[in-house]
Amino acid sequence: MIAYQLSVFAEDKPGKLAHVTSVLAKAKISIRATTISTSDTFGVISLIVDEPKRAEAALTDAGLTVHLKSVLAILIPDAPGGLDKLMQLLYAEGININNAYGFVLESGQKAVFVVDVEQLDKTEKLLEEKGFKTLDTEELSAIEPIHYNKQ
Amino acid sequence: MYWEKEVETMDRSKLEAGQLAALQETLARVEKSYYYGKMFKEKGIGAGQVKSLQDIAKFPFTTKDDLREHWPYGFIAVPKEELVRMHSSSGTTGRATVVFHTAHDIAVWTNLLARCLYMAGMRKGDVFQNMMTYGLFTGGLGFHYAAEKLGALVIPAGAGNSKRQIQLMRDFDTTAVHVIPSYALHLSTVFDELKLDPRKDTSVKIAFLGAEPHTEKMRRKIEEIYGYKAFNSYGLSEMNGPGVAFECPYQDGMHIWEDSFLIEIIDPKTLQPVADGVEGELVMTSLQKEGMPLIRYRTKDLTRIIPGPCACGRTHRRLERFKGRTDDMLILKGVNIFPMQIEKKLMDIPGVGTNFMIILSREGYNDDMTVKVEVRREYFSGDLKSLEKLKKKIVDELKGELLITPKIELVEPDSIPKGEGKAVRVIDNRKE
Repeated sequence: MIAYQLSVFAEDKPGKLAHVTSVLAKAKISIRATTISTSDTFGVISLIVDEPKRAEAALTDAGLTVHLKSVLAILIPDAPGGLDKLMQLLYAEGININNAYGFVLESGQKAVFVVDVEQLDKTEKLLEEKGFKTLDTEELSAIEPIHYNKQ
Repeated sequence: MYWEKEVETMDRSKLEAGQLAALQETLARVEKSYYYGKMFKEKGIGAGQVKSLQDIAKFPFTTKDDLREHWPYGFIAVPKEELVRMHSSSGTTGRATVVFHTAHDIAVWTNLLARCLYMAGMRKGDVFQNMMTYGLFTGGLGFHYAAEKLGALVIPAGAGNSKRQIQLMRDFDTTAVHVIPSYALHLSTVFDELKLDPRKDTSVKIAFLGAEPHTEKMRRKIEEIYGYKAFNSYGLSEMNGPGVAFECPYQDGMHIWEDSFLIEIIDPKTLQPVADGVEGELVMTSLQKEGMPLIRYRTKDLTRIIPGPCACGRTHRRLERFKGRTDDMLILKGVNIFPMQIEKKLMDIPGVGTNFMIILSREGYNDDMTVKVEVRREYFSGDLKSLEKLKKKIVDELKGELLITPKIELVEPDSIPKGEGKAVRVIDNRKE
């Protein structure tokens, strides 16, 4: 399954991230994960959200420079060695990662590792073969923080 | 093809004979002005000493400072009641200078500019939208009169109000426009916003670009966006305004109307004339003006004469696209830089957006140049690496061109403010 990552070009100036989050809040977009990479005077804010297309439109309308990109959101166990198993596989298969970040879905149970790779389809196929599950936008959104509900 | 075939294709020797006669008349005329009358007397010079066009060199140059010092009427060569129009320079550099016209001056100017518009392909029946500021600036009224004389239907839209400009273009099937190049680029983003394609949704086939120096790249970019032919022009209010020199359909240099202007290209340092083909400062003497004729006026504009005849058959020589002005030259760490050089390089780099801004700053004894460059919206692919690559490319290209290393700041598309008049691209924060 393919997930979408939303990237926003951001000059390094105060209030930039606040602008992005306020636009998303107004549009009632839920942010699943975010990561920021910066150079000296500019950076890129990357977001995983529940409705990427709508979020893209909202941010574009707000005058921001946005790019929507396909990424793989890989489900891994939130346990020691969970990420390592995935990394060893990607390394062994010679898959180069442009950007990656992870977040926990359910503490002690599930985590998601997002990777931006060049050979997306090939990598996806490989992961499925090796028993990894990749999530699409809907699945990412569906796993609403269940652990809050656990009594 | 020609508005005035005989004048436009006149044999050079006949053209020059006409220039000599007109020069002698002009010199006799300017003696009546306060400034030239006094100066000619002091130096013991006058029309009588001119036997050939080369004798113009016996006369001193006139500068913008002279005009300012004798503001406002020191250069008037006719009784004041003969004047029917006043215009003012756009004042990009220092205080604005004023220029006066008699009724005859207006008629001559109008005819010269009509000649230009006809040369570029405008005809009776065209709908001409003048997107320039009306008022003191010569680009509004000058073009308005000329287009009417030619027989076009003129829409005096004036500058700004982008959505109305587009509406007018569509409602009245505008076929020709007069526009500042940076505004043409800005307007294209408004077309985008309205989800309109200027190539399909308008009928414009000719654009007269003026009032702002721009590069060949920028012209081609504008032509590509709009699907029309864009013609470069040259003019300055001291020499009427627009209509001094204009491109013909070959778009290879601007024909300067030598029946109305005597031109020299000089080395701005030695002030000596240079040969055709060599770059220097354009110096102009008006040959037809009555109200406020000027002798050897230093334009501070850098260009060269393109040697050889033009395929269009006109014998009036061509000026190359202007390289810049002697006075917008930046000196940084002892290096001379023209903003146009930077624009030219930037336009060559894919990924670079529409606008840029140069900021000069000083820390201690160290001067720095920062160039803010807009990233093209389509170029942004979501990763930092490609942005860093773009930045490095810009640094390398500019370093190669300027021999100093500028700081580059990539900024968001359309984030650099662009006036709807002349673009101000340089901010100098260096204190003396």
